[in-house]
Amino acid sequence: MIAYFTSLNPLALLRACPGGIAQGLVWGIMALGVYLTFRMLDFADLSVDGSMATGGAVCIMLIMNGWNPEAALLVSFLAGLLAGIITGLLHTLLGIPAILAGILTQISLYSINLNILGGKSNQAINVNSVSLRITSNASLLPRTILLLAIVCLVIIGILYWYLGTEHGSALRATGNNPNMSRAQGISTKMMTVIALALSNGLVALSGGILSQYQGFADVNMGRGAIVIGLAAVIIGEVLGEAILGKHLNFFLRLAFVVVGGIIYYLVYVFVLWLKFPANDMKLLTAIVVAIFLAVPYLQGRSKSSFSKVAKRNAKNAKEGK
Amino acid sequence: MLELRELYKTFNPGTITEKHALNGLSLKLETGDFVTVIGGNGAGKSTMLNAIAGVWPVDSGAILIDGKDVSGLPEHKRASFLGRVFQDPMTGTAADMEIIENLALAARRGQRRTLRWGVKKAEQEEYRELLKILDLGLEERLHAKVGLLSGGQRQALTLLMATLRKPEVLLLDEHTAALDPKTAAKVLDATDRIVTRDNLTTIMITHNMKDAIAHGNRLIMMNEGRIILDIRGEEKTKLTVEDLLHQFEKVSGQAFASDSAILS
Repeated sequence: MIAYFTSLNPLALLRACPGGIAQGLVWGIMALGVYLTFRMLDFADLSVDGSMATGGAVCIMLIMNGWNPEAALLVSFLAGLLAGIITGLLHTLLGIPAILAGILTQISLYSINLNILGGKSNQAINVNSVSLRITSNASLLPRTILLLAIVCLVIIGILYWYLGTEHGSALRATGNNPNMSRAQGISTKMMTVIALALSNGLVALSGGILSQYQGFADVNMGRGAIVIGLAAVIIGEVLGEAILGKHLNFFLRLAFVVVGGIIYYLVYVFVLWLKFPANDMKLLTAIVVAIFLAVPYLQGRSKSSFSKVAKRNAKNAKEGK
Repeated sequence: MLELRELYKTFNPGTITEKHALNGLSLKLETGDFVTVIGGNGAGKSTMLNAIAGVWPVDSGAILIDGKDVSGLPEHKRASFLGRVFQDPMTGTAADMEIIENLALAARRGQRRTLRWGVKKAEQEEYRELLKILDLGLEERLHAKVGLLSGGQRQALTLLMATLRKPEVLLLDEHTAALDPKTAAKVLDATDRIVTRDNLTTIMITHNMKDAIAHGNRLIMMNEGRIILDIRGEEKTKLTVEDLLHQFEKVSGQAFASDSAILS
């Protein structure tokens, strides 16, 4: 026990934090995509596991072929848009249930991603020969973090603006009440496809940035991405409501999604520092998400439940009331 | 104005639950007609409204609005001609959006949704004025989430939304059935005022025979997917509930099925 604690090096934790923040920002972009479908449309879109890797694969392969890294990111975003459109059409045009439509896209993207990666399960770029603005190089990390924070802010700003426009309002209404939306002349199918496209676009962009950050793309880099995205969304919401309460306006709500991503990765770094086996991290993440999803539900139940009524009435009967 | 020509619709054809919901339904409404619709459960009243609104395509027949055949248009495209209020107060509004946002969505019914800001500044005053007609104090709560409103308030708001852009036809599907009598009277009152003010062509389904007689200039009774009684003008003003029950038995050969219609 003592040996375990003395083996933990506080300085190592400190050194790992900037990397955690950078990764958290990258996944924050991904989580904003998840927010768009999960919170705006109430659509848990599983295609993101695939489109995250698509974004990474596209970006790395283009850079390997001499593309400018920023231009490559744009193509990553477009590839994600396309993936989202596929899921959207599977759902709206062919009537496949939301979850299954996402799974179908995700699984087909696995093959597509392998093809993009030239048949290999991963591809790396030589980070010394390409000048990357986003890099995990320790000496450049502060600059990377600043840049990523600016990118996040810009994306949050665009999302905030878009969801406030006539078009974005129609999208929010679609998720809120599809019957009402159609009665008001909104094509809920079109809106669903657009939301999925934008969401997967953001996820793929995040995948592209992640691949630049780590210097490689892996066909498995998106495995469980939806769970991490949900974790960021939920942690951000709980935290935002706890800190700001009623002052949590929509812009801050979006910002807290990114904060959720950062918190997630700081916890990740911390747990790894505690020598928690890296192999078990996905299990841990899933448990955390399950708990965070369950807590609001259980809180509601504890306020009004059958067993409580039964107990109270039994007690009253005993006391002869 | 609105014309239904020989509408047929069968649900679950070829199964044991097969139901001929519309059986050659024909109806013609003039501009400004306010028609109340009564009939027993399963008579096809809501089915008729859903057919007009395009919730699903009809099996055969034509629906004409202003002389234009809209039978082939999907629900969201027909919305540009129609204002709708539903039986369930939860159906007509977006609960997580503000009152003003709901109104702004309705103000753009049938228009292209652009990338301009969703609620313009000038709209605020306009909606505040319009909400006053409901007499529910909603004009002071423009930025409240609609989910915080009562069923009656939501229904009144839906009515306002349905008529914000003047619809060619206003469809009211038992829009006061889920409300307490006092609130129902208030919503009906607002309905009358708005319909008269804008001279709206209106179809209102109700389970309440008294309401059906008291409102509108025309009354139709439905049974088994078609219209069995059509009373208008002078004749309608003299109607009593007893007349209607008697007529129903005479035309359909059976007793009126809904107690609530008689007792209320």
